[in-house]
Formats: sequence, structure tokens, C-alpha cells
Amino acid sequence: MPSPDSGTPAVVRPAAISAQGWGWRHAGRTTQAVHALDLDIRSGERVLLLGPSGAGKSTLLHALAGVLGEEGDDADETGSLLVDGVSPKAQRGRAGLMQQDPETQVVLSRLGDDVAFGAENLCVPREEIWKRVHEALDDVGLRNSASGNFALDHPTSALSGGQKQRLALAGILAMRPGLILLDEPTANLDPAGVLEVRDAVGRCLDKTGATLVVVEHRVSVWKDLVDRIVVLQPGSSSSAGGSTPAVLLDGDPDTVLAQARDMLTAAGVWVPGYVPATRPRSGTGSGSGAAVGSGAGSSRNGGELLLATQELAVSRERSRRRGFKTIPPLPVQAGLHAEVLAGQALTITGPNGAGKSTFALTLAGLLAPVSGTVTAAVGLSDGAGTDPFKWKAQQLISRIGTVFQEPEHQFVTGRVLDELMFGPKHLGHGEERVDELLERLRLGHLVDANPYTLSGGEKRRLSVATVLAAHPRVLVLDEPTFGQDANTWAELASFLSELLDAGTSVVSVTHDQEFSSVLGGTEMRLEPAFQGGARQEAGAA
Amino acid sequence: MREALTLRGNNALLTRANPLAKFVSVFLITLVLALSIDLVSASTALVGELALFPLAGLTVRLLWQRGWPLIIAAVLGGWSTAILSADSGRILLDVGIWSISEGSLQLGVGFMLRGLAIALPAILLMSCTDPTDLADALAQKAKLPHRFVLGTLAALRLVGLMAEEWQTIGMARRARGVGSHGSPLQRFKAMLGQSFGLLVQAIRRASRLAVTMEARGFGGGRRTWARESTYSRLDVWVLVGGLVIAAAAVLAAQWAGTWHFVWLKQPN
Repeated sequence: MPSPDSGTPAVVRPAAISAQGWGWRHAGRTTQAVHALDLDIRSGERVLLLGPSGAGKSTLLHALAGVLGEEGDDADETGSLLVDGVSPKAQRGRAGLMQQDPETQVVLSRLGDDVAFGAENLCVPREEIWKRVHEALDDVGLRNSASGNFALDHPTSALSGGQKQRLALAGILAMRPGLILLDEPTANLDPAGVLEVRDAVGRCLDKTGATLVVVEHRVSVWKDLVDRIVVLQPGSSSSAGGSTPAVLLDGDPDTVLAQARDMLTAAGVWVPGYVPATRPRSGTGSGSGAAVGSGAGSSRNGGELLLATQELAVSRERSRRRGFKTIPPLPVQAGLHAEVLAGQALTITGPNGAGKSTFALTLAGLLAPVSGTVTAAVGLSDGAGTDPFKWKAQQLISRIGTVFQEPEHQFVTGRVLDELMFGPKHLGHGEERVDELLERLRLGHLVDANPYTLSGGEKRRLSVATVLAAHPRVLVLDEPTFGQDANTWAELASFLSELLDAGTSVVSVTHDQEFSSVLGGTEMRLEPAFQGGARQEAGAA
Repeated sequence: MREALTLRGNNALLTRANPLAKFVSVFLITLVLALSIDLVSASTALVGELALFPLAGLTVRLLWQRGWPLIIAAVLGGWSTAILSADSGRILLDVGIWSISEGSLQLGVGFMLRGLAIALPAILLMSCTDPTDLADALAQKAKLPHRFVLGTLAALRLVGLMAEEWQTIGMARRARGVGSHGSPLQRFKAMLGQSFGLLVQAIRRASRLAVTMEARGFGGGRRTWARESTYSRLDVWVLVGGLVIAAAAVLAAQWAGTWHFVWLKQPN
């Protein structure tokens, strides 16, 4: 076998990285994504890459993984970027890359096969592959571990997000790479999943000594695991001579964080111990800390009742046909009682798989209840009937607005301004509010842009603005702060607190405790796997 | 939908056979049935296939659950053939413009049985074959290019995801005021928009998956295989079984004198 790996014992040779004046322009772009990068990373070093979006962090990781650019496209490379003195493209398997979306980190449908995939491609002999598969699954805690013990033929589609990312890590480890590259590996995960993945990465690095480069907004998660922080800034490829260097700051974590705290917080980086300032609640709704109401489910605190659920059972699945029979789906939650009050926040919390989003979508009139009812009060329904699921789409948007986790799912036009005008135009009123929203959510300079080309934070702000343009009295948000930088987070929290004070009701599904404490109101905690349902508990969120 | 593609819990004999052997057997049977429309060959093959059900871990109930659209299609096809084809022999039923004669009934039943006999092997094959194992066999035994085979396999996984994504995008768009209500034209436009949204997401997912696969070293000229696709004595029996059913169908029809090639004119 011509593979450098075959037959060798389980020893990993950590990789060293050297970039000299390296720059990269993507095909079809006029400016460089990375410009004039000078950076040396010694073997075995663990580096956290920070910087505002557009600084070229992902581009650098893709280049190091050897997956940047196709032959024949008109992308443009300048300078040199070498791993162990050789071009990354020339050494498959030297680096392993993990990306953000867990669904696309899984290649095959059985757990063991997926881990073996990379090793197979590197021509590792069969017996050695299965040895590595077992070892890698042990290392990431998916086998013989308290955090997971799965059979090799376990279906990968049945894993949670955190488990999928650990599976991806196992697949990378089975290649025995000297360089591990993580591109926002925990941005799509709930807090438990974040720690799962971070700890698995830590254990594997301690064991193999491989070099690590990780890109992530949440510094506190990775700070103790890395020994160096590099802050990149967007390159200016202006030909006017003195261009800015790509590396803004470089050093050990504490020094860099101390030096650049203000700069980093201004750029929206989540620096440890920093909670962005937000507008406090002022209205009748509870401020953070103040208990609301008394008994469970009866926390009516002045706010007008808009929406209520009775004995509600929810599921994403529809009734299935099996031959002539119709089988109703198995609910993920049942016996749910909740009340949505004007000017009050309702926060739905609980671990992954508890059916939080499913409940919120049913409440919002987007999914049909399996059993039980969702009832809109007269003040909300305004002549449209009591069951939100039966409302026409246009009746729905002017009453209950829903912001999905993935903003792109909700884009219906090709231009930011059209996107905002879409609701008001179809309703025939409310166009005057668009200008206010554009200004308030800092989208004014983007009116002509294509929504799909915006940054993550801009997409989030746009998706909230488009839903609010229809002026709903109830706003439902599914994980609105997921993967957001600190600036977008603060804007969003302040904006929602303003809406609440103005009498809108805000229902949010979130893992983010800081966020729910800004909004105040009631917390409803759902426990997983249909354990007799959950009650709406009174108390500060 | 994704659950339907896994074989966990199915320990039947045929799950252990090489997918390629099963594939060839199914192909043989289907080929023979495609050659002739007649009652005898179709029902002979059908009886043979039904006898194999327990070996594939299939029950009549499971078959109905998985294959009911095909089964209903076959029955409807037979029915319409019976009432629409040219009458011959004694008239059995006459309701205005529809009539069923002995000859047309025979043709209809033959059509239905043939439909069933062609559909069943495919259901049989998929219910005892894991897609990953099929891909292994196609790449290692049939020597199809592994880039193509594994690429298709990985894409197949995304198809299941896309079904969920379609539902989510539908809800997300309703939340923007794009409904499934209104005139047919409006509904068609809404569908078109939803399809576009799905297409965008599919392309994003596919390109991220491609990066994942490339970063795991996929795309080189050579690779090893963690799972060896092997033939066993069982596969000889699978091939023999396929041959026997196919041959029995032909011989029975020849013996009964009902065999005729589809492209020959119908005898009267």
C-alpha cells in the first residue's frame, strides 16, 4: 500500500503551519477574502482564530484542509500557505476539518461506516480501519462511555446535533491527522452539546498532541483549551501600497483578551465575562428577577389574554397512511397548558428533543395539534375564528408572527426592501412601518442587497423585521440568538424588550438564559420524551 | 421515510446474501415478465415470489404497508384493461359503454398479475438490502466507479433530510403570508417558490457535504474498503432461485400455450 499511514502504530505527527504573504480571492469576487497573511503555527499548538465576519477565517481553514478551489475556476492565490512545508492540497488526510452544520458532517447512514469513511479513502488496510474506528469512538465518548454507547450499525440520523459533531470528530481522528481544523463546530448546538464537543476535542488533543485551529465566536468555551489567540481583520487589497496586515493581534489568550477587550466586544466577539448592555424592561411586565403571578398556569398579570392552549399534544409528523388505515403520529409532548398574554414574554426551555420548537410552531398556527386545542382570544382573532391553524396565511401573519431558526427558510424575494414590503403589500397596509424597521434594525444600507448574500447577523435582523412588518400582536421566535455575535444579540434583546413594553407578546424558544432574563416574563420548561407533559411554571425566566 | 431505509431488526436469510446476486436475480425475473403478457407466466412467477417472502423477512402486512401504491396501481391497471380492451368470447358484464368479456377479463387479470409480479421483486430486494451494502457490492464486485457510487449513496441520505426541509420551508413561508390557499395559479406560484427555497437549501447542503467528503480524503483514485463485499454459497442459491422462477414462468407459459412476446400482434 502506498499510504504513509499503513502499518504504522497509532502515533500522530503534529503539523506545523506557515503562511507567508498568503492571499486568496474566491472565483467571481473582486476582492480577496484573505490578504497578505503572515502566520506561523508550531506543531502541537492550539490556536483560537477570532475576528469579525469577513476576515477570512473560514477561507483559511478550508485552505489548510486542502479543499479550497477547484481546478480550472478563476480563483486567485498569492503568497504561500504550507503545512509541514508542503501544499495542503498535496497531502490528503494530513488535516481534518469539522464544519458548523451537523447534518452535513455525516456521510454514511451507519455509525461505524461513517467513522471508517476517511480512513478508507486514505487506503488504510481493513483490519487497521476497524481498530481505529473502535478507538476513535471510544475517544469521542460514543462507545463504552457515560455520554454514549452505540452499536456500530446505529443509524446516524438518530443522533443529536452534539453526537453528530462528535461522530464527525471520530471520523477525523480515524484518519490520524496532524492538524485538526474546527469551523464554528458548536454554533448550532445547545449548551449541553457545546460542552460535549469541546470536552471530546480536549481529550483527543491531549491524547494525540495534534495541532488545533478553531474558529468560534464564544471565546469562553475554548479559552481554557487553547494556548494562543490570533485575531484576524478583513484584508484591504487596495493597490495603494501600504495594505493592512491580516493578523491584528497574536499572543496567549489572557494577554490578547486584555489588550483587545474593547476592540473584540465592539466587533461582537463573546469575550468571557462580558454581557452586552441591553435596554431594561420598563413596562408592567416583570423585570428580570421579579416573580410573576402565583399558581401554575394562572400568571395573569394585567396583560390581556391573547392565546391559550388546553390539553395540547404536539408532533411534527402528520398522520400516516398505512394502506387503508390512518395512524395519528405519536406526540412528542402532551397535556400542555399555556397562556400567552399581551406585553408579556413566555420563554420555552428544556433539553434538545423535548419538542420545544414543535410546541411553539403549533402555538403559532403552523402545525396542527395532534389533540387538544390552541385557542385565540377575541382580541387576537379579530373575526378570523378561534383556531390559528385554520387561519389563512394572510390572516395569520397580521396576528401571529413566527421567526424561524434559519432565516433563509423565510426569504421569499430577491431583495431586502421587497422582502420587508412583502407582508404589508399583501395585507394592503403597514408600508409606513417599513422605514422605521429598516432604521431600527440597521438594514438601511442594504435595501438593494439580495437577502441570501447577507451576513448571519444581518439575516437574523432581516428575518425579525420582515415578520414584524405585518404588525402581529404575538411574536414567536425559535432560537433567535443561536450562533449570533454579541452585537446582534444585544440589538435583538433590546428591540424585543421595547416591543414587549409596547404591548406585543413575545414567545421564544431558547437555551439562552441571559436572553430570557432580559425579556423577563414566564418560563415554561419542557422535559424530553413524553413524560406526562409539562406545566407552565410561574417565576422569573 | 429515513427509518424505512434501515434494516435494523430484520435478520432474515436473504439479508445476508450479496446485494449484487439479489439484484441479478430480480433483473432476470423482471426481464422474463416484461417479455410476455400472459396469465400463466405472471402467476407462476408470482407464486414463486410469494414463497420467498419469509426468507426476506417480509410479511403480507409489511408488504401492504410498503407497497400499497404499487399494488393498487396494478389492480387499477388490470381493471381498466378488462373494461377497455376489445371484447372477445362471452360477454360477462355490460354496463353501457363498458363491457367485460371472457377475453378482456383474461387480459385484464394477466395485466394485473404481471404488474404485481414485476413490482414484488423490487419491494423484496429493497426490504432485505441495505443501500450501503448495495453500494459496496456495486463498487467492489460490479466494479462501478467508487466516486459515482459513494457520491450517490451520500446524496441519498440528503434526500431524506430534504423531505423534512420541505415541511419546514412550507411552514416558514406560511409564516410570511405565502399560503396554500387561493386560486390554482396562486397555489402553483406558492409551490414554485417553495421549490426554489428547497433547491437553494439542497445546493447549500450538498456543497457542504461535498467539502466534508473531500476533507476526509474522498476523490482519490484508490481506496480501501472497510466492509468487504463477498459472495457465499447463499448467493449461488439466490441466483439459482431467480433462474428457476424465471425459467418456470417461461416453461409453464410455453406448456400452456399462452406465451407470446409483447411486440407480436395479439392472437384472437
